[in-house]
Amino acid sequence: MRYKILLVLLPMLMMLPIGNLLAEDYPSTYAPLPSEPTLITNATILTGAGERLDNASLLISEGKIVFVGQGEAPAGTKTIDAGGRWVTPGLIDVHSHLGVYASPGVKAHSDGNEMTNPATPNVWAEHSVWPQDPGFSRALAGGVTSLQVLPGSGNLIGGRGVTLKNVYSNSYQGMKFPGAPHGMKMACGENPKRVYGERKQLPSTRMGNMAAYRAQWIEAQRYIDDLAAYENKPADEKKDAKAPERDLRLETLAGVLKGEIIVHMHCYRADEMMTILDMAEEFGYKVGTFHHGVEAYKLADTLASKGVCGALWADWWGFKMEAYDGIQENIAIVDRPEGSCAVVHSDDAEGIQRLNQEAAKAMSSGNRAGLDIPPERAIGWITLNAAKSLGVDKQTGSLETGKMADVVIWNSNPFSVYAKADHVYIDGALVYDRENPGLQPVSDFELGQLLEVSK
Amino acid sequence: MNGFKLFLAGFLATLSLVAQADTIMIRNANVHTMTGDGVLEDTDILISAGKIQKIGKDLPVPQDQVAVFDAKGKLLTPGLFAGITSIGITEVSAVEESTDSSLALNEMRPEFDVVPAYNPNSSLVPVTRIEGFSFTLLGAGSKGSIFGGQGRMVLLDGGYESFIGDPVLFINVGRDSSSLSGDSRAAQWMLLNQAMQEADIPPVSTETALLTRAGRGTLSAFVTNGKVVFDVDRASDILETLRFAKTYGLDAVISGGTEAWMVAGQLAAAGVPVLLDPLSNLPRNFDMLGARLDNASILNAAGVVVVITGAESHNARKQRQMAGNAVSHGLPHEAGIAALTSNPASVFGVADRQGSIVQDQPANVVLWSGDPLDVTSAAEIVIIDGKLMPMESRQTKLRDRYLPQNPELPRAYIKP
Repeated sequence: MRYKILLVLLPMLMMLPIGNLLAEDYPSTYAPLPSEPTLITNATILTGAGERLDNASLLISEGKIVFVGQGEAPAGTKTIDAGGRWVTPGLIDVHSHLGVYASPGVKAHSDGNEMTNPATPNVWAEHSVWPQDPGFSRALAGGVTSLQVLPGSGNLIGGRGVTLKNVYSNSYQGMKFPGAPHGMKMACGENPKRVYGERKQLPSTRMGNMAAYRAQWIEAQRYIDDLAAYENKPADEKKDAKAPERDLRLETLAGVLKGEIIVHMHCYRADEMMTILDMAEEFGYKVGTFHHGVEAYKLADTLASKGVCGALWADWWGFKMEAYDGIQENIAIVDRPEGSCAVVHSDDAEGIQRLNQEAAKAMSSGNRAGLDIPPERAIGWITLNAAKSLGVDKQTGSLETGKMADVVIWNSNPFSVYAKADHVYIDGALVYDRENPGLQPVSDFELGQLLEVSK
Repeated sequence: MNGFKLFLAGFLATLSLVAQADTIMIRNANVHTMTGDGVLEDTDILISAGKIQKIGKDLPVPQDQVAVFDAKGKLLTPGLFAGITSIGITEVSAVEESTDSSLALNEMRPEFDVVPAYNPNSSLVPVTRIEGFSFTLLGAGSKGSIFGGQGRMVLLDGGYESFIGDPVLFINVGRDSSSLSGDSRAAQWMLLNQAMQEADIPPVSTETALLTRAGRGTLSAFVTNGKVVFDVDRASDILETLRFAKTYGLDAVISGGTEAWMVAGQLAAAGVPVLLDPLSNLPRNFDMLGARLDNASILNAAGVVVVITGAESHNARKQRQMAGNAVSHGLPHEAGIAALTSNPASVFGVADRQGSIVQDQPANVVLWSGDPLDVTSAAEIVIIDGKLMPMESRQTKLRDRYLPQNPELPRAYIKP
């Protein structure tokens, strides 16, 4: 059905002016895997939206959540007695490089940073994603059902990110989260100025970073204006006028200025984040999420009041100068103000497997500092807040009626080092079962390795 | 006064009391001795003059200058091992002038020793220590050579002279063929053999010599005494390492050991311990195709001594979480604690002062809020060589500067 609509729309879309972003290029071909209606009973449910429900049930059917809490399932529905086990939404990592820095990490797989120009909004991370990265399977075993794959931070503007469903497919299109907006990766601070400064080109300083971003935004605004001017010409003039040429770089930047693409800004220092927020005011766009934000605790109130998420690590610090002031209470302090959006991210093929443990560390550090954070709140850092950061919170991120049935059953309280995902559902399909090797995906790369060992 | 301030005030009062005390008593602890005595429930320990004076039930409390803590049944373990790190050798990884752990001379220099570069005033020392870690092995690396150089165990008590045990030599073999090994792991063994022969009989010509006189002396010394840590992951390379060590009589330890489980029997037979990262489960390169989460569990069951290592220096505190994950994947809980305490202490010859709780030995103990291997617990009391460590670091200071809301003056005036 959706396909037919697209066929009808396609000629219309092609008549639209270039630069229009309604048409989805490289469209998602993702389709949920086969599923059967499933009732999970007797569970400790963390909804992701702040609630904890004890002895509760969850019904999933046709890929969606039917009810959470109490309700009746049709007779004959497959029923899983959770026996008090914990159930959470599928975890979401807003910052991953799986697929673009795939394992094995050989040079041939180094596809995450187009460091040939400080501003490359024209590149799309999805065009680098190797869907056979074994890392996807490890993340799945950790309960991760969706993730955003981003370009690296060598450039001021690194390119577009893509949000994926964590399923194996022969193509990234087969993983692409239907309807998820694109992200655009930007980076503050040390990385871009180091990469380009060493080549004796702009930017070699933080002020150079700013000058270079601003030049990009000015160009993007002109592009939008030129397109509009062309569009607004009377028909007779338009006939002779030449339409502005399509420009991939400016198309992405224009998408940000029009609010269609979400900015994901790698930024460590509090003062730099403030400068970036002023730049967003200057050009009339919104910073969606600051990533890494090792000093986000220094401007927690500002982030909350401006509705900017902070995607952070639990305890990383000190690997570079701008990460020197890291503290373990960062996430908890960012979470404290009304209207905050704290997110635990990984940026790491190991960390993505243990987002629950990272959240547990951050929660415990906060609690020891006197911030009273129960698990039902902390789970939001790796579910609903992450979905907000990616612009998919209407579809997933919490266990609420009508949302995608992205669900994890844990063997115990997920806020423990000993917790493991027993079952992982994506759109209602059981895609991982810890006890059933038949439901544990293996990438092409790993198939048939070490045959001598398994003899 | 809010709850946090109250907590802080109480804590500081306790500290000042303790700073005056010569003697510390911890009552009613669940003591993991990490010796044949196992776990002693509801037990008291008395510490003075740097040592554990007594371990027992209902010990009498001495009259003067004593700080008494009631553990209320919480776990007391030996201070933990932070792994092979560059704590005190590096301050900010990407700031070159603050890092001294790696030799950039393109020469074979086993005599390179990081110990003189150790700075106990580094902010990493308290950051690591307050998480329950009392000792680390300073590692040495080299950008050009198979020989990383030498390091040594150091206590994290912030002392200038806090080194313990003998020097340890680091050798790297496998995929990271150094620039001096002709881009081939076969050449690595060729050169290692040549180096060992030079150490035995000095070369006639210095033109083709690999080593300096000092380097030959270093290698000779390690043939007779001292641990040699081989950083190696692939199973076939581990077996080659065992052969090499046997040929020259070296006391080998495997570090990395991603595929060690595949040769667990040979490692056990050779009595060679393995230092590993239990979170390594990805084929990050072609030496690590066999990476799996139960590596530690398989090795331990085969009788190999397992030690946890691999957290980055700044985040060495992650070692606890790493051990917890090993336990989550089959390693017995007590073996998980041993992999952070008694195992590293015995492997590196410092078992008489680290890694166990034994009467008359130096007191290195930590009291935990809960299970030391779980991510939700924390160290509450850290004692190194009988001294109560202040539970503060640059990070706790930053936390306490930024926790208060809406201060009148800039936070630069808040100096916790």
